[in-house]
Amino acid sequence: MQTVKMVVTGPFSAGKTQFIRSVSEIDIVATERKISSEGERAVKQATTVAMDFGRITVDEDLVLYLFGTPGQKRFDFMWEILSEGMLGFIVAVDSTKPETFREARSILETFRAYAPTPYVVAANKQDMEEAWDIEDMRHALRLDSKVKLLPCVATDKNTVKNVLLELLYSILAEMEGGEK
Amino acid sequence: MALRGNLRDFTVAQLLNLINLAHKTGTLVIEGPNEIARVAFRDGKLAFAQVGQEDNRLASILHRSNRLTTGQLRAIQVRAAQVTDKELGLLLINAGYMSQDDILNSLQSYFNDVVRRLFTWVEGFFRFENDVLPPDDRIVVRLDLENLIIEGARQLREWEQLQDEIPSLDMALKFTERPGTNIQKMNLSVEEWRVVSFINPRNSIQQIGTAAKMSDIEIRRIVYGLLQAGLVEVLRSESAPKPVEKARPAVPVETREEQKSLVNRLITRIRSI
Repeated sequence: MQTVKMVVTGPFSAGKTQFIRSVSEIDIVATERKISSEGERAVKQATTVAMDFGRITVDEDLVLYLFGTPGQKRFDFMWEILSEGMLGFIVAVDSTKPETFREARSILETFRAYAPTPYVVAANKQDMEEAWDIEDMRHALRLDSKVKLLPCVATDKNTVKNVLLELLYSILAEMEGGEK
Repeated sequence: MALRGNLRDFTVAQLLNLINLAHKTGTLVIEGPNEIARVAFRDGKLAFAQVGQEDNRLASILHRSNRLTTGQLRAIQVRAAQVTDKELGLLLINAGYMSQDDILNSLQSYFNDVVRRLFTWVEGFFRFENDVLPPDDRIVVRLDLENLIIEGARQLREWEQLQDEIPSLDMALKFTERPGTNIQKMNLSVEEWRVVSFINPRNSIQQIGTAAKMSDIEIRRIVYGLLQAGLVEVLRSESAPKPVEKARPAVPVETREEQKSLVNRLITRIRSI
């Protein structure tokens, strides 16, 4: 049996756990704890402390694992462990929370330093009225025009599928580019 | 969609940078603790600005820039209260009082000054109203934002914020290839020019700082300004050690064809979910 993994990372409350939940064939193995900080508890009641874990069986020989990283900075020691051997990664960003964009940029740079693998950025919560426009987010996140910044609603399976597919297309393109 | 937020998360200089890069047209409304500012842009260039209840009619602006005396201002306010800015401008040009350039220069100087004052605002909320521009009877200008952005970025003094913006000095810099950016037109300080002279993918920011005899905070501040103005971008230094490849392969098969086949199987599966 072959296994491959992708990592879903991003700031606190970006929607990483929901992203994995939308496509995983198993109930995700979540390591959530109640939030102790009052400010963060106002955003959500529980947060991932070690990792989330989802699975998609491709066929009898191949399984894709999706790992979600903890968003809170004090659990960032998990990031490097989770990034080891990943095929690629997704940075989820809450489009309605510009105050998290700087942290998203910092997380993206950290993961790029861990491994030179392809990545995409998922602009989550694009269905919300307060969501920033994709191109405004690209400038605020200082993303090069070549980086894929994709609209996403983590509760909507189709947009999550699209993000995963775009990452796989990037991985394939890099493999083909490496042949030249 | 919404472009709104808090000045604690986005400085005015960062907002100008975004508007400049996205070539936005519309009005940036900033609600500060004491007053509201409205700054209009057309295609990413500064067009108009107003802060609070400050009188920004053409006559007042010309008076502030010493193009009109107090007596002339009063006469215009009394006799020509209903005359629009565009009409007043034409009257002054046709009467030979001043040239079109004199009027535009006074307006540009005033609007620049309004934006400079906004750089000191650190508390407040902002929103961008797409395609909202001043009324047709007002005179708008067309000012590049790069110099204003670099001025605003110079005011970023907080060490923590600078560290967030430029977390590593091991990275290198290169000039952007964005069309329309012309470093010759920028009003750079001596220190900024010194840094510019060392920009090269082989030199890390740390090395540039050492060569230019600057502390970490000084080099960070200057690089931040150049980044905000869209003059440079960050890349991995050619002299920096390459990231260590992980011992475990990301794809558990050997040949390129097998790897591509594996990814294609993943694609087929995800499509079918």
